[in-house]
Amino acid sequence: MSGAAGIYEAFRDAIRAEEPVALATIIDGPDAGALPETHPRAGTASDGHPQAGAKLLVLPDQPTLGTLGDPDLDRVVERDALGMLDAGISEVRHYGQHGEARQMDLSVFVECHARRPHMVIFGAVDFTRALASQAKLLGYRVTVCDAREVFATKRRFPMADEVVVDWPNRLLDRIGDDLGPRDAVCVLTHDHKFDVPAIVGALPTRVGYLGAMGSRTTHEKRTERLREAGVSDEELERVMAPIGLDIGGRTPEETAVSIVAEIIAAHTGRQAPRLKDGKGRIH
Amino acid sequence: MDEILDDIDRWRAAGQRVAVARVVDIEGSGPRDPGAAMAVNQEGEVAGSVSGGCVEGAVVGEALELLGGGRGPGITTFGYSDDEAFAVGLTCGGTIHLFVEELDW
Repeated sequence: MSGAAGIYEAFRDAIRAEEPVALATIIDGPDAGALPETHPRAGTASDGHPQAGAKLLVLPDQPTLGTLGDPDLDRVVERDALGMLDAGISEVRHYGQHGEARQMDLSVFVECHARRPHMVIFGAVDFTRALASQAKLLGYRVTVCDAREVFATKRRFPMADEVVVDWPNRLLDRIGDDLGPRDAVCVLTHDHKFDVPAIVGALPTRVGYLGAMGSRTTHEKRTERLREAGVSDEELERVMAPIGLDIGGRTPEETAVSIVAEIIAAHTGRQAPRLKDGKGRIH
Repeated sequence: MDEILDDIDRWRAAGQRVAVARVVDIEGSGPRDPGAAMAVNQEGEVAGSVSGGCVEGAVVGEALELLGGGRGPGITTFGYSDDEAFAVGLTCGGTIHLFVEELDW
């Protein structure tokens, strides 16, 4: 057991602490399949060139651990691994011996343990309870936010990781920079007073999904107010409203399924029937 | 990987050598996504899984061969495109590529 760089320990500790970490391993290359007799320290790249089993551990904002056997390759793979961590993708990438793109000499598997995706739900209503439970089932960290302190209580939303009493724009001012492509903002307030600052606050973020609840009539009125607030047509396209897939859901629980299904389809790029794209009754 | 860390720690603390097989790629239907992992110690004890139970037995064989010095770290493929499809295959008809190595890092 080498343990020289302590790659496994650092990898394990990051996973346990739910901190983002990516482990890049050369899985195929010119030396792949070599017997241990040929390479008694297979994977350590002791002779200074990339070989199967060599590892690079990538942690955001920290120095890398280990090496794939070439400094240029390490640099390129670190950059790619950080992008894959952001998107939550684990997959095989191909490189040349020195990290060249569009070359197939080396296959590198990048195993990403991204932080849990974050769902921010605005509005402490009955639908919120069902959506928060559904989101927890899918592994989200869930924040419920409402400016009305009688509704936004941990007792009403025990499944939420945090319940925040504040205005949507103020919460988004604080956490907006941390939202990324895997995260979701769901606006369930049904009240322009809260809807508009929530949507206006979420639009400048990198959040991957932004949905707003309400009937088609509600959304038309909301759209007018958003335009008055300076939101462009292009930005309005980003708002999934009415929220959810067109599955005829009616109860809070059914609606929650239609919302998370729309989020999954948004990530996978599948053409599922969105309420946003239809004209008919939403249930 | 998450679910096998406790077993790996226990085995390593007891001085056991450990092999790890990780799903790195799937074609067609596959029960587990890339990153799914299984660990095998030198006594043949197993933690985790890489499929719905279709290929785990064969993976133990590969892992023990690796720990015994009979093969080096590398990719092992199971599925209909494999020569051994009749012996070990995925009932869902997909193909999975595993990377098998010793946990000596």
